[in-house]
Amino acid sequence: MSLFKIFDIASSSLHAQTVRLNTTASNLANADTASSSTATTYRARHPVFATLFNGEDDAAGVEVLNITESQAPLRREYQPGHPLADKEGYVTLPNVNSVDEMADMISASRSYQSNVEVVNASKQMLLRTLALGE
Amino acid sequence: MSIGFDKLLGIHAQALTLRSQRAEVIANNLANADTPNYLARDFDFKTALADAVGHGDLTATHSGHLRTGGGNPEDLLYQLPTQPAIDGNTVNEQQEIASFSDNALRYQASLRLLSNRFQSLLSAIKGE
Repeated sequence: MSLFKIFDIASSSLHAQTVRLNTTASNLANADTASSSTATTYRARHPVFATLFNGEDDAAGVEVLNITESQAPLRREYQPGHPLADKEGYVTLPNVNSVDEMADMISASRSYQSNVEVVNASKQMLLRTLALGE
Repeated sequence: MSIGFDKLLGIHAQALTLRSQRAEVIANNLANADTPNYLARDFDFKTALADAVGHGDLTATHSGHLRTGGGNPEDLLYQLPTQPAIDGNTVNEQQEIASFSDNALRYQASLRLLSNRFQSLLSAIKGE
């Protein structure tokens, strides 16, 4: 019965969007986390989505393949008074783009909402079907 | 006069199955609204229903016959994108939400009609 499969499909997407919201929250929280070396600096994280296939041509939701770290250049700021400043007086800041992250957050929450709608509508369809003939 | 269930339920039993299959396809499109390179899919409901009740344009009597296509929910078509996305995704989220609600509403309409058929059958049995 296809209607039951919709719950799996929608929940896979709800999970994927939650991961996306999580990484966005983590990026925004760490947007100004300074560090003394480029190796230890936080880098913006983004999930990679891929279609989940059930068989050859039968899409069955979405999955998070992995979470990648952004390769964009890190920010360096001259702050000689900073406790984490290096010998030249520079601190390294993450490559998080707050505007990108905000846009990403809105997109993720909209997608999440539309999937919740799908779950609700399917639930109603199923409940009505169960009440058939009453 | 005999009452066959197929005759009684008419087109609605097949319509319900196809509606639930279409709901699955649209749910998949919505789930993959943010997946790079995902191509939105759908099938032609009218052709599928005509095929299901055996009123398709052409009847394939041989495995080598070509189908008129588009109507088989097993063999989905790709939607034509209205605007290109930079990541290769062709899902139009608003349109999919509208299609999903439309499909759900029509599913419930078919359900209501089926329910009425059962009720009239019941009243015929009871002889009220």
